Parts: sequence; structure tokens; C-alpha cells
Amino acid sequence: MLAQEIPLLPRGVRIHFDSVRDKWVLLAPERAVTLDQVGHAILAEVDGQRSFDQITAILSEKYNAPNDQIAEDSSGFLDALRARRFLDVI
Amino acid sequence: MQAKAPPPIAMLAELTHRCPLSCPYCSNPVEMAKLDSELDTETWARVFQEAAALGVLQLHLSGGEPASRRDLVALVKSAREAGLYTNLITSAIGLSERRLNELDEAGLDHIQLSLQGTDAVMADKVGGYRGGFDRKMQTIEWIKHIGFPLTLNFVLHCHNAHQLPRALELAQEMGARRIEVATVQFHGWALKNRDALMPTREQAQQVTKLVTEARRDLKGQLVIDYVPADYHDDYPKRCMGGWGNTGLNVAPDGQVLPCHAAQSIPHLTFDRVQDKALADIWYNSSAFNAYRGTDWMADPCKSCERKTIDFGGCRCQAMAIVGDASATDPVCIKSPHHQALQDQANEHAAKADAPFVYRHSPGAATEPAE
Repeated sequence: MLAQEIPLLPRGVRIHFDSVRDKWVLLAPERAVTLDQVGHAILAEVDGQRSFDQITAILSEKYNAPNDQIAEDSSGFLDALRARRFLDVI
Repeated sequence: MQAKAPPPIAMLAELTHRCPLSCPYCSNPVEMAKLDSELDTETWARVFQEAAALGVLQLHLSGGEPASRRDLVALVKSAREAGLYTNLITSAIGLSERRLNELDEAGLDHIQLSLQGTDAVMADKVGGYRGGFDRKMQTIEWIKHIGFPLTLNFVLHCHNAHQLPRALELAQEMGARRIEVATVQFHGWALKNRDALMPTREQAQQVTKLVTEARRDLKGQLVIDYVPADYHDDYPKRCMGGWGNTGLNVAPDGQVLPCHAAQSIPHLTFDRVQDKALADIWYNSSAFNAYRGTDWMADPCKSCERKTIDFGGCRCQAMAIVGDASATDPVCIKSPHHQALQDQANEHAAKADAPFVYRHSPGAATEPAE
């Protein structure tokens, strides 16, 4: 994912708190993906407005972690969602 | 004593067995539920609430043709109110532009549309419904305009396997994010049509090759889910993700089934949502516990390293082919019936000019969709 790209969850993909399993999940067409804390933290900043570098800057400050590391983890996670058409980029 | 089963992730709600199409591979049972035995709107709404409380995340509204239910919009609304991700599995027949707009307002999340062929000649022959293909194409324009996420489901067999490349193009032209390329599974009506539908081994291999290439070429554009021709395979499918493990199916008359073909196993009895709570049925009913986990297995499954990969394959297929629902799925190379099934598959495939046995709709008059 490039720094200036803006990720967004397309229609039909949404974050949902699964109260039965006490976990966050990503609901998509005919799929449900369990989100770990990192995955949920990243997607919580995806709003269709912020660019990827803005998102990683926010996460870096919030979790007091080096921006490079955050960018690498987030990029891998978001690219994998993009390959499955769970994430669009504008 | 088995470990407690996990909660189910998905529920297939078969709202009706009625359908304007009569595809010869319909997964509905040959003995179908009649109109007057269908659950009413309020009962379905309660079942959706119970399903969400049980842990179901994904609801698939299916049939028959779910659009044949006059209360489809109300059902979608109650499913969304229950917090379920709501998917409509449809042929498109019975969906007008106005109705689609109402489904949009009701909160429908996703549409899975069946494709019987890539042109009217093929599609209308397979569906047994003249004009069906043109109506489907019109409906897709409305779906696109509203912006529903769309998956195409291309059911593939010996007559339309050559249309797969065009089906992949069509999916992209329609703006679908996903396509399911599903080779016919031989249950329900398809079991009567094995001569007419069975692909040859060479066709099955060619389809696998095309799917592999298309997945590579269309990565990030179109997601392809693939169900191969399992009679020609060496290992069985992980049917239902394991019996009573990830999903359940509610039939039009309220019977709760571990899979849509489970009624083909004669010694099982099924509880109904009218009589018992869904959670009680999921965790405690004899039908759901019959083949849950691995304790029921005999060899070769019992000692097999793949037993938690495919859970011994499909119980209904073991019943249909071997006459024993607790046998190893005869698709498996370790089954003593494997070679006989492969030979049988080749014999069916050599009779591709056999006429279709079309499914017929259940008794009682069909109510108009709107």
C-alpha cells in the first residue's frame, strides 16, 4: 500500500463485535474473518478519508511504536484484505 | 464424551421450495415442502433472533427462489434487526426494480446470483424457463445501479463447462467482486441427472487449469471460489466444514438440518424450530450429534491424518453411493469404493446426451411474487 493511497471498506464489508465469541470480526460477502487486536486497531482508523501514511502516523502515536514497523504490518494486513476484495483503495 | 461443539457461523434459511426455474441439479430434496407448510414471517423473525444469539454471523436467504416469498423484504428487515449479515441467494426471477429498492432500504448486505449459462440458449435450457436469462441480465443492471455487492454462482456441468471463460468475463462486466465456479454436486435432483450432467475427467481437469490461471490473472479484481468435480477427485470435500461444526440449515417447514441433503439419511430425525429452541437443536439434537467431530468414524477415517481436514467427506454421499452414512466418502482414495466410483463417473460422463430430469415445484398453487 502506498503512502498516499486511501483505503476504505466497500459496501458489504463491515466491522462487527461478535458478543457470543467476545471478538471483533470483519463481515464480508459470505465470509467472516476474526480480527486480532492489531487488525482491529488498523481498521478502526480506516474511514475512507485518511491516507495510508496518516493512518500509520495515528497508530504510531497511539501505540507508541516506530512508524516503519507500523507501516510494514499495516501494509501487509491491508494488502491481504485488498486481494480478497474486502478493501478498496481510492 | 465429545468436547462441546463450537457455535455455528452460518445459517442457510430455505424460505421456500417453490421456484420458477426447474434446474436439473437443484439441491432441494426430491420430496419438497409444500406451500402450506412454510414457516410464517413471525416465526422466521424469531429464528433469526435465536440464530444471532447462538453465534450465527452470516445468514443466507435461499430456497427454492426466496423472491417467491411475498414477505421477503420484511424477512430481510428482521434479519438485519437481529444483527445478521444478510445474503440473498437468487436466480433474479421475481425481483423487480421496486423490490430491489425496498431490499436496499431493508438493509440487504449482499446478493448471490445464479448463472445457468452465459447465453439465453444455454441458460434457459438448463433452468427450464424461457426468457429467464434476459430477465436476469435486466436485474443485474438494477443491482449494479443500486450498488449491492454481487457474487455470481456459475454452476458448471458437462453442457456448459466450455462457457467458463465467458462467465469470468461476464462477472467482471457486471461488477461482481466474486464468482463461485461450482461443479454440480450430486445430491437432490442432481443425483437423478448424473448421466446428463457428469463432466468428463478431461473437462474437470481443464476447468481446474482455467480456474488456476484466472485466479492468478485476476488477483485483486475478481475472487474465484471453486468447487471441483468431486467424483473425479482423490480426496473428498470438507463437507459443510464438518457436520454440525460451522453451519446449519433451516428447511421451509422448520426442520433444522446439518446440511441441505441430510434428509437423504433415512435413520436421522430432525427437530423443528416450532418445537425447540435453535440452540437446543444445535447442541443437543441427535441429528447434529450423529456425525459431529471424529468419534463416529471407523477406519480408514479413524486412523487417517486427514480426518480433521475433511472429516471423512460427505455423509450424504456415503449414504447415496455406499448405502452407509458412516462410511468413508467413496470419493476418497482410501475408500474401498473409490475405484468403482471413478469408473461409474466415467460411465455417467459417456452418456451426456441423456435428457434432463427437471425438478418440479412442490404442490399447492404458486403464489405470484408480487
